[in-house]
Amino acid sequence: MTFTSFATRRAYARRPQRGPITRLLEDERWLAVALLLPTIVLLGLFIAYPFIKGVELSVTDAKVGVPGRFVGLQNFRQIWNDGIFHVAVWNTCVYTAVTTVFKLALGLWLALLLNNNFRGKAFTRAFILLPFIIPTVLSTLAWKWMFDPTFSVINWMLFRLGLISTRINWLGDPNLALISVMIVNVWRGVPFYAISLLAGLQTISPELNEAAAIDGARAWQRFRHVTWPLLLPVTLVIVLFSVIQTFADFQLVYVLTGGGPANATQLFATYAYQIGIGTGLLSEGATISLAVFPVLLLVVVVQLLYIRRVETY
Amino acid sequence: MARIDRRRLLKLSGAGVAAGAGGIAGILASGRAPAYAQATTLHYLRWSDFVPASDQVLKTKIAPQCEKALGIRLELEMVNANDIQARITSAIQSGSGPDIILGLNNWPQLYTDSLSDVSDVAEELGKAQGGYYDVSKAVATLRGKWIGVPWAIGGGLVAYRKSWFDEVGMNKFPETWDELREAGKKLKAQGRPIGQTAGHTFGDAPGFWYPYLWSWGGKEVEADGKTVALDSKETLESVKFAVPLWKDACDEGGLAWDDSSNNRAFLSGSISATNNGASIYLEAKRKPDTYQTEKGTPMYQDILHAPLPGGPGGQFNLPGPFTNLLMAYSKNQKPAKDFLRWVSSKDIFEQWFSSQQGYTDGATLYWEEDKVWGADPVLLPFRDLPRKGRMMGYAGPPGRASAEAQTKYIIVDMYAKAIQGTAPQDAVKWAHDELVKIYA
Repeated sequence: MTFTSFATRRAYARRPQRGPITRLLEDERWLAVALLLPTIVLLGLFIAYPFIKGVELSVTDAKVGVPGRFVGLQNFRQIWNDGIFHVAVWNTCVYTAVTTVFKLALGLWLALLLNNNFRGKAFTRAFILLPFIIPTVLSTLAWKWMFDPTFSVINWMLFRLGLISTRINWLGDPNLALISVMIVNVWRGVPFYAISLLAGLQTISPELNEAAAIDGARAWQRFRHVTWPLLLPVTLVIVLFSVIQTFADFQLVYVLTGGGPANATQLFATYAYQIGIGTGLLSEGATISLAVFPVLLLVVVVQLLYIRRVETY
Repeated sequence: MARIDRRRLLKLSGAGVAAGAGGIAGILASGRAPAYAQATTLHYLRWSDFVPASDQVLKTKIAPQCEKALGIRLELEMVNANDIQARITSAIQSGSGPDIILGLNNWPQLYTDSLSDVSDVAEELGKAQGGYYDVSKAVATLRGKWIGVPWAIGGGLVAYRKSWFDEVGMNKFPETWDELREAGKKLKAQGRPIGQTAGHTFGDAPGFWYPYLWSWGGKEVEADGKTVALDSKETLESVKFAVPLWKDACDEGGLAWDDSSNNRAFLSGSISATNNGASIYLEAKRKPDTYQTEKGTPMYQDILHAPLPGGPGGQFNLPGPFTNLLMAYSKNQKPAKDFLRWVSSKDIFEQWFSSQQGYTDGATLYWEEDKVWGADPVLLPFRDLPRKGRMMGYAGPPGRASAEAQTKYIIVDMYAKAIQGTAPQDAVKWAHDELVKIYA
């Protein structure tokens, strides 16, 4: 008894002195603040500040090197009456909607294929990611060559196969130009969908499908009633990310067409760049960029609500 | 560390005073770099030249001479022309970046509030070199004040295959649009169309379509620089003619071309003529074994240059003035001015100018007499390019609104729309309305 008391006393005597910070962090509320602080600072610096600065610019008449004065909603009225802006809005919506559908369909198809066991599975999975890994500008330049009106390898191939007699003006024809740009976007985006959906597929227990098969469900029925409902939350998150990225796409169009011909491929981002950087009208450029915000906010809110509902069920 | 005694210090200070008082003359007289400049580094941002040899001259010859003569270490940075405006914007907004930036076209007019007054340097150089061309002066001045020091003038002429035009009965390049259409029709039938871009690309597209508009008598605005005057009989005629010209004579893939597409098409023998800088010819001449005619002879021997055809309004081109911009945020104002004065002085500029081989003209009349024009008669037509030049925004000054119109490709797209099937009057009306919004 005496010995125990002695040992306890010694242990207490050795306990180091706790500083004020340590004592503060023992309180969970302060610990939470401390742990969140780096994230808050990063988000504030790289997301909140540029956003607030963008809002501030959009209500002034600032130009490069000229701070500008408050003009209220004048810039918004101006772009509302801007014909090229209308074209850019339409193009961006079509571009995002069409490419998202194709990326999802092809990505899902690819993910289902890759989810099977076959020889060289690991290599194929890594290989599939290539379009996503290669820097966009680099791969887009390669596509530019393939769409080149004079040297197009696609035209050459179609001509050799006897499918065309005159060359196809991929980037010169206004309708084809937007389609061509969308093809490149789909090519680049499918791997992201495929790999993300594959990850989602692998979390689904094979037993569920096996049980359904024993009950007599055919492949399509198993997909429709077992796989798809379980994959839906992951799919919605992927679509959400993809829509945001596609809506703000810049590099691809900038390299392929510069928004031409005659604005046939002009998107929000390319037009904002043209006005903000090319003409030095920072306020108008910021206004065009901000015009994307309500649309994206709506998409995000609707999708997040839907995801919550799906997850609750 | 080297010891500096009193006598040596006095000598060095003397050189500094001489430089301060006498500018370049003082520096040269003292034979020593000014004392202030011993530790000065100037950051000079330029485009990557279409004549790579000129960038080499700057790096390997002019930069070392600069350090020797002025004591200024020149930090040269060459980037793609398309990226310079993004760099200028970030530099101005953050208040730090290159001390001097080589501006293209009418860019000086976009950044007027952020550029230093360099009137003393520009006036001095202009006086010593026979005066500036109008286009250089127009982009580099604001209400009589120089906001940049003109450096050189680029621009395009039509590079064409002499033998192919001979074959269709044209022993010289067409001088009117009708002649061009007729010749182009025959050439296109042989699979040798005229190649011209109508896409969104900063150099070749405006370089062709602005002069085309002017040659018909069309103009963006009146001389007041405010009243939009595009919707006119002359403009409509030009658009009406552009449609059959395109269909009959031009490579229809041109709607998607960028600034390098026509170079590739010409050098591969796919087109018979294109409006361009001298780079096609210079490249063909540099690689005679690579670029050959169908007969196996070097292609450069079959290339000639001619001005764009003329019309009822005259015959024009759109030059591309280059202007050195001293940024107002730079902490090296004095050394930067000394450098600008020095680098555009006859002896130094001559080294760079020779390496261009005729790709650019000087900004002053003095360089019309330079020996470079005697070196290759094929490049001689480029010498007269600035005299027939007009800047975008004609008949007004090449200010911010004209830059916006160009950046939005209003004039180019007016023709592109018509080529794609929009009724000419609708295309003109669309472009006019867009200009009204810009110039409002």
